[in-house]
Amino acid sequence: MMAGIILVCSVVLFLQFFVFYCRSLIAVSSKQALSPEVKDVTGIQRTASGEDFQRVMQLLQLCPERREDRNGIQAISTYFRLLNFLRSTVARLVPSMRVWTETERGQCAYYAAVALERRISFSRDMLAQQMDA
Amino acid sequence: MLGPYTYFTWLACTLLEASVVVCALKQGAFRRYLPLNLWMLLELLSGVSRFYVLSTYGLQSSAYAYFYYYSDALTTIGLYFVLASLYSRVLDELKVEYYVRMAAILLLSGTAVVSYLIVRQSSHLLVTRFAYELHQNLYFVGLVLTYLLWGVMLKLRESRTRVIQFVLSLGLLFSMFAANYALRNLYPNVSWLWNALPPLIDCFLPLAWCYTFLKIPEEARLMPSRLAEASR
Repeated sequence: MMAGIILVCSVVLFLQFFVFYCRSLIAVSSKQALSPEVKDVTGIQRTASGEDFQRVMQLLQLCPERREDRNGIQAISTYFRLLNFLRSTVARLVPSMRVWTETERGQCAYYAAVALERRISFSRDMLAQQMDA
Repeated sequence: MLGPYTYFTWLACTLLEASVVVCALKQGAFRRYLPLNLWMLLELLSGVSRFYVLSTYGLQSSAYAYFYYYSDALTTIGLYFVLASLYSRVLDELKVEYYVRMAAILLLSGTAVVSYLIVRQSSHLLVTRFAYELHQNLYFVGLVLTYLLWGVMLKLRESRTRVIQFVLSLGLLFSMFAANYALRNLYPNVSWLWNALPPLIDCFLPLAWCYTFLKIPEEARLMPSRLAEASR
């Protein structure tokens, strides 16, 4: 009985902390503007939509990985899957939830685009270093 | 004999813990977040000495069992003081540091007494059962306290992004451990799974703190109400 209560509380609080944590990661990146070339490549002009996420993730996988952003990208991918799950279940019944999940999915795509921007500049730096050497 | 999974997670966790301290030193944030960094060093030391005890006395030895349970309980108590330090930081302007410290000690003693009362019947395994019970209860108390701290941060509009991420990652860690202990009690027949998860969960906090020290500048600000608003 007690273990059951603790489990329920832990799972509920875990989900809340997880959403807040992912949103804090997204909020930091949402202040960064995308360069024109990343905008061209990703097709994100001003605001990103949830549909862009998979495409941007595929582009991300083409770039050399940076250890520092792996953790954040994995967290956001899990968050995106959670949002998809909510969108196909609870959000069907609650319209305000549908709007919220759509906005959040767009934010996830923007986060991935900012990560792509970082990876591109990282690859450029590596190439420049090799050229210098 | 421990398997490659245990050795791998142990090594990864130890390296990540060392990276947090290195990142903090590199960013000039070691003294500013002294309790967090000291706790990381304690974790690092505990991991290395646990490995030493294991290789000296063996997995089945009582020396290793005592050392394992007590080092684990000690680091959890340490984490509890990290949480108290975050409370002090958030409530800095209210000048309630003394009360926070006193409340932390009282709550810790209370949890220890409750844990002792729960296990005092099993006298043959009292020492290790007590450490296990204390550990488990501290995680749940820690989770509730982190949630309260998050509520206070929302109320006081704490905007330091680093502090926000430290608190949220701590909340995630406490909730994962509390859920793991609850599942272990509910489904003891799959204990291999509940035993395999903690080393992975252990890696999460150093990973998240490393990211925060590396990626979030000290002056970064974020409105926590923005994070909460949309998810309601």
